[in-house]
Amino acid sequence: MRIFLNDDAHDVEPGTLAAALETLGFGGRKIATAVNGRFVAATARPKTALADGDRVEVVAPMQGG
Amino acid sequence: MFYGVELRSRLLLGTARYPSPAILERAIKASGAEVVTVSLRREGGSGRTGQSFWSFIQSLGLRVLPNTAGCHSVKEAVTTAHMARELFDTKWIKLEVIGDADTLQPDVFGLVEAARILSEDGFEVFPYTTEDLVVAEHLVEAGCRVLMPWGAPIGSARGLNNVYGLRTLRAHFPDIPLVVDAGLGVPSHAAAAMELGYDAVLLNTAVAEAGDPVEMARAFALAVEAGRAAHLAQPMEPRDMAVPSTPVIGKAVLGG
Repeated sequence: MRIFLNDDAHDVEPGTLAAALETLGFGGRKIATAVNGRFVAATARPKTALADGDRVEVVAPMQGG
Repeated sequence: MFYGVELRSRLLLGTARYPSPAILERAIKASGAEVVTVSLRREGGSGRTGQSFWSFIQSLGLRVLPNTAGCHSVKEAVTTAHMARELFDTKWIKLEVIGDADTLQPDVFGLVEAARILSEDGFEVFPYTTEDLVVAEHLVEAGCRVLMPWGAPIGSARGLNNVYGLRTLRAHFPDIPLVVDAGLGVPSHAAAAMELGYDAVLLNTAVAEAGDPVEMARAFALAVEAGRAAHLAQPMEPRDMAVPSTPVIGKAVLGG
């Protein structure tokens, strides 16, 4: 199925958000996530199933004012 | 001072736009800041920028105040706040809901709504707002126990655009910590805010984009300290007519 991670299209096996993140190189990283505009806590990622067309946001710490 | 956390420094410093991480680190030290603002942005699977910045922030051992910079809607700001709370492991959030792209002035209606949602969800909200008194009342009613009115638009270096409004806000909320956030350009602006009785200032660009950010950070720290001391020392009121500072009694009569 196709998901959009930070607007970039990726073809991944059907499964959870945690699995998709692992596949796409985010395993063990300091990140926060949202799916279709809704926050998904780290503890909820293994229980959050992704659907075709889902929009995943992955953010990390950065400088700010 | 802020949500039960007592701090010695009255200067909060942003971490963006410095020439290098080394200069940022030295500027933070020179400022004496105990709170630094941070943000969050998208990161790709191969990028490590966020991870290295996180390690850097942890090494400082300071308290972080994440922001919702760049959010233009309540939904965006609330979701960003949740992501920030998890990422930085803090209930503190500098809440920005931007209403105008040119002036970056807050959408105060969205701000109040987002502040209420987040306060009810256990966040400790630092709202980036205007000096509007009624908006401030709504923010306090929504649960905010700190208010952060702008001095001037973000990054403009214009100083305190509405001293009257800021003074009124201070008088109206004697017990709410007030922080001038945004628009400061030079240390005298920070001193002026502190002389008005503000509890602290938050700045970023004025330090980061100075020719020598480290020295400017030190200058701001001195100004904040001076302004605070001046406030506590109760400045005299301005008056229209001159009053001689040197006593005239006993002056020699020399004719002429």
